[in-house]
Amino acid sequence: MRKVIMGNHALSYGAMLSRVQVIAAYPITPQTQVVELLSEMCADKVLDAQFIKVESEHSAMAACLGASLAGARTFTATSAQGLALMHELLHWASGGRLPVVLGNINRAMAPGWSIWSDQNDSLSQRDTGWVQFYCGSNQEVLDSVIQAFKVAEKLHIPAMIILDAFSLSHTYEVVEVPEQEKVDEYLPPFQPKFRLTPDDPHAFGGLTSPDHYLELRYKLQKDMEKAPALIEETGQEFQELFGRKLGLVDPYQCDDAEIILVTSGTAGYTACVAVDHFRQQGLKVGNLRIRTFRPFPFEIVRDILSQAKKVAVVDRNISYGHHGIFYQEIKSALYGHSPVPVFGYITGLGGRDITLDTFRQIIEETQKNDAPSERISWIGVKK
Amino acid sequence: MKADKEIKKKRMRLSLPPEEYMHSGHLACQGCGATLAMRYALKALGPRTALSIPACCWSVIDGPFPYSSLSIPIFHCAFETAAVSAAGLKAGLEMVGDKETTVVAWAGDGGTFDIGIQALSGVAERNDNIIYVCYDNEAYMNTGIQRSSATPYGAWTTTTPVKHYKNRPKKDIDAIMAAHRIPYLATANISYPEDLYRKVRKAKDIKGTRFIHIYTPCPTGWKTRPEDTIKLGKLAVQTCIFPLYEVEDGSTWKINIKPRDKKPVKDYLRLQGRFRHLNEEAISFIQEEVDKKWARLLKYEEVSPL
Ligand SMILES: Cc1ncc(C[n+]2csc(CCOP(=O)(O)OP(=O)(O)O)c2C)c(N)n1
Ligand code: SF4
Ligand SMILES: [Mg+2]
Repeated sequence: MRKVIMGNHALSYGAMLSRVQVIAAYPITPQTQVVELLSEMCADKVLDAQFIKVESEHSAMAACLGASLAGARTFTATSAQGLALMHELLHWASGGRLPVVLGNINRAMAPGWSIWSDQNDSLSQRDTGWVQFYCGSNQEVLDSVIQAFKVAEKLHIPAMIILDAFSLSHTYEVVEVPEQEKVDEYLPPFQPKFRLTPDDPHAFGGLTSPDHYLELRYKLQKDMEKAPALIEETGQEFQELFGRKLGLVDPYQCDDAEIILVTSGTAGYTACVAVDHFRQQGLKVGNLRIRTFRPFPFEIVRDILSQAKKVAVVDRNISYGHHGIFYQEIKSALYGHSPVPVFGYITGLGGRDITLDTFRQIIEETQKNDAPSERISWIGVKK
Repeated sequence: MKADKEIKKKRMRLSLPPEEYMHSGHLACQGCGATLAMRYALKALGPRTALSIPACCWSVIDGPFPYSSLSIPIFHCAFETAAVSAAGLKAGLEMVGDKETTVVAWAGDGGTFDIGIQALSGVAERNDNIIYVCYDNEAYMNTGIQRSSATPYGAWTTTTPVKHYKNRPKKDIDAIMAAHRIPYLATANISYPEDLYRKVRKAKDIKGTRFIHIYTPCPTGWKTRPEDTIKLGKLAVQTCIFPLYEVEDGSTWKINIKPRDKKPVKDYLRLQGRFRHLNEEAISFIQEEVDKKWARLLKYEEVSPL
């Protein structure tokens, strides 16, 4: 069924179609509609789930962990300050191997208070052991929730669906809402390898000596390393059933491109418009939208980018004292594999629009220089 | 023959079920009250029970991975999340078809009075269907005896050295919980196992948030002799320092033990190294405060239901 829905509701529909069993969430702008719709669905019994109306995001994640350990499919959604408040428990989720799925609306961190988009909230959680999908459209948001459960539950690793504040969360787009039976076919009920039950009592997460801890983390990483292939495979399966592709990355006009832009989120689609624009002017530009940030899709990123003459990474985030975070990651992926120069740009923090003109400046600067400078290239800063 | 008969006649009737769900091999210190609390509580809760245990002595006492000294499942959760982890666990178990298991949050005083109070308040306000047990050893013992808001007035801890001993009263967590109007609240004490057992049994059959606050001496943190643990528990009740009572629906107070001759707090304090520095003046201040609190409790009972 086709519906015109906002990105936030795409998350809710994704959760509903995934037949989540326990939801615990706390409101924060710009996430509120996700949980409003889900609580309605629970109240109307459209969705057979328990909704725990907690007093904080911290408790939201704690409740999710308990529910997931019991073997229930579990969902939550948050943004910025809420995600930061969950931080300790994000580690608990991955360390406990609990496949919770979380929708995060990218919102800039305070102070000053901002409700507008940037990626510092989710990227600050880079090392917590969660799979991270950055979405570019409402359709992708809905589809990603379903795929995320499939991947997360198979690997026993939690997953985050990430979308831009307002330019997706509150923007209405046409979305194909798949049929429940087809989703059921794609996503069977959660069958955890281990779960907490008095029928087979175990202690989960207790004191772990140096004799064991390293091995547990090794196993987490080993399973994380299985994720890229699994994401491709489940994305393929998704395409066969629903006709839409869900890959690690989304390349656009990269094959013969001399400059490849690297983008994520909604900027990834604006970049495609920019690519068309430059191509009309005879410039061979391409765009690589990174959909999966964790695990980092090294292989495919290398394959695509090493064909270009220059790479321009666009970051709507910053690691203070270093550089843009995607920029660091792309450089580390190419290190020792390709000599292609990588230029890094920071723009759009706190919801400043990333427009065609932003990309024009980025392309011009990338063309102008032979090699990237040590200094950060800021786009659109008022000086 | 005769002797046999004699033995039979004299054989003690067990006042608690013989089943054990806590076993040897745990890591507690000698004379640890927290272990007795668990052992008795589990006798009342039975095998279809699941625990959430946050950071506290009990997260160590149970034993290191892959061992456990309990024969019921445990979710080791983050320090400040005992209550809501239990609520999530309960919801999850129900959604996978297990409506029967009793889910119990088992936390120390730090995890209850201090860092966990927000999540606990949330659970209690929603009346989530769990039992919350706070075993109270009146300080952060796991991290080496630092003060908590459950540490009583006058006590030494490593963060309240004798020159600056704790000069604020113990937080009245029971009044706070009663103010949430939860269906059941009880104080209990490891030196009164039958009373403790009865209260946990009673809690088990009630729906909603149930709160049980258990007094558990800690020889290591209180600088007491392990063999005095039971004696201290008795004295805590006989001096009215830790009265035993129940509150239903936040409105009906019932005191379980009213000592006929209240013992002076001095008898209790002098057994403990953590109070050794107190002079007469400080001790009489503590006596006055205990008397006031006891009088208030009697009033509550008198005028209830409120
Ligand atoms: C967020 C967080 N802060 C601090 C700690 C360190 N910590 C672990 S146990 C503990 C004290 C526990 O005290 P209490 O709840 O009274 O239990 P007890 O150890 O006395 O049994 C502290 C401070 C932690 N684990 N997590
Ligand atoms: S420090 Fe105290 S509470 Fe902790 S195990 Fe030892 S005696 Fe028990
Ligand atoms: Mg304590």
